[in-house]
Amino acid sequence: MAGQEQQQPQSRDTQVDEDIPEAPPAPPEAQASASTEGVDDLLDEIDGVLESNAEEFVRAFVQKGGQ
Amino acid sequence: MTAAQEPAAGGALPVGGALRVMGAETEYGIHAPSAPSANATMMSARVVQAYAQVTRQRAAGGAETRWDYTDEEPLHDARGWTVDRGSAHPSQLTDQPPVLDAEAVALAYGREELELDGQDESGTLLMNMVLGNGARLYVDHAHPEYSSPEVTNPRDAVTWDAAGDLVALASVRRLSADPDLPPVNLYKNNTDNKSVSYGSHENYLMPRSVPFGDIVRGLTPFFVSRQILCGSGRVGIGQDASTPGYQISQRADFFEAEVGLETTIRRPIINTRDEPHSTADKYRRLHVIIGDANLSQVSNYLKFGTTAMVLSLIEAGLAPKIEVYEPVAALQTVSHDTSLTATLRLLDGRRVTALDLQWMYHEAAAKLAQDTGVGDAVDGDGHTHDVLDRWATVLTQLDSDRAAAARSVEWVAKLSLLEGYRERDGLEWSDARLGLVDLQWADIRPEKGLYYRFLARNRVDRIVDDGAIAAAVGEPPPDTRAFFRGKCISSFGKDVVGASWDSVIFDVPGYGRLQRVPTREPLRGTKALTGALFERYREAGPFLAELLGHNRTPPAA
Repeated sequence: MAGQEQQQPQSRDTQVDEDIPEAPPAPPEAQASASTEGVDDLLDEIDGVLESNAEEFVRAFVQKGGQ
Repeated sequence: MTAAQEPAAGGALPVGGALRVMGAETEYGIHAPSAPSANATMMSARVVQAYAQVTRQRAAGGAETRWDYTDEEPLHDARGWTVDRGSAHPSQLTDQPPVLDAEAVALAYGREELELDGQDESGTLLMNMVLGNGARLYVDHAHPEYSSPEVTNPRDAVTWDAAGDLVALASVRRLSADPDLPPVNLYKNNTDNKSVSYGSHENYLMPRSVPFGDIVRGLTPFFVSRQILCGSGRVGIGQDASTPGYQISQRADFFEAEVGLETTIRRPIINTRDEPHSTADKYRRLHVIIGDANLSQVSNYLKFGTTAMVLSLIEAGLAPKIEVYEPVAALQTVSHDTSLTATLRLLDGRRVTALDLQWMYHEAAAKLAQDTGVGDAVDGDGHTHDVLDRWATVLTQLDSDRAAAARSVEWVAKLSLLEGYRERDGLEWSDARLGLVDLQWADIRPEKGLYYRFLARNRVDRIVDDGAIAAAVGEPPPDTRAFFRGKCISSFGKDVVGASWDSVIFDVPGYGRLQRVPTREPLRGTKALTGALFERYREAGPFLAELLGHNRTPPAA
């Protein structure tokens, strides 16, 4: 789609097959939330959208089998 | 009933990349908060019925059409045999109309409930519709299901799958406006977190000549690991979510076998259902049941795009030669490890992460795309280059920049919201509010669905714009037989008495018998081949006469 922001491809060197690198160190968990500038704002909005009585609502969501 | 002459073989798509005939199926979770004990099949039928009411207002001829079950073969196994009907699980018998007539309903739920429900003219609840965009909307077991029309590329797969969410939304709105019925919520997710899962399936057309064993070997390591791109995220570990925590995939914990025919029990990583819905000696339809339903457009795009490319690798005999030890356990190990550092054992003794596996597939796919030319940015097929780019970008982000990955990958986006709640309110993973965030993430109403709140705040990337999705609610894809199916419905709906993936059946005044038009070649019936024919006729009779060559030489339909 035109106007879609396009990220630069970050092609990785062809290195994989022979020699699997050691597992990288775990990314700091904090990263997931460090992303979230404006997170308080977001949570405030979502507080207003969430169904009331979470426990009952979640408990009542019971599905019959599917594929 | 007569059958028209089968048209000659359709045109071919460029091979080696992300182009392929494909489609999506979504079973929605269904819940009426004000009537929690309402029967799920009945509510699902109401959803279909509501959409029929919506389209009846919109389309001149009425847009509901019965499903033609002639070519359904759910018990055909791709490994070369057919399961005996008697030994099949009842839920596997999908080739018979789910009869929910007045008597069956009355027996099961009492006459009162029946009388509260709308019925169509023949006294049978409407369980099935073929839509003007070429899709099927129907009741599958106890869920409403939208099966997208056939498309040829991952961008269109995203578009027409998302159009299904708007179809579902139209039904939800219609039902909520009916004072006599309880409002119904629909969720694009895959589990109730109480041991039940329901699917979102993908379908890919492949040449029949590819040995099924190659498909199993080539796809299994890919399916074990692709969830890191397209998992939707789930609060709770285990089928009943009894272990607190968060995992990558909605579906992983419900898989128990490596290969098999079943889809509702003992779910296999590779499903062998062999219903080609097309010329059977030329094609197989690979039925993929392991995916999560995606609201995130980038995750959905990568789900279809990367899988299509891996199938191209398998067809070319170039899939990475890797075998994962105990793939079912590995699938769950990957899903349970949001750090993406867990290693899986390969049969050759190496230990690799899910990211490593994905890079192996990416590297092989990039090479094939380069060798065949389809991946060229300028002269390629127009899709493969973008899929490879995004695939690499997302893998890099998952490794080193989770904040960036949250814009693309659904489970990372959902996790960012859950972590926000955990930090602000000090919630444990077992807290019901986190369960509610998980559930409500998938509510298809834009004002309630938390994914849609992310989208409105531009916290997640798009692949297609809202206008294209809205248009796809009414318009079929132009470049597959879905165009013919959809246009038959929207142009001549009152004369179409049945349709399926590979047929449209007309009952036209003046013809003594039903006219069944086979559409067994997925790349025929396109706008290029039949668009002018639809422009020329306002009535089904003359349209059929020309199509079937009764008055003149048949066009290339």
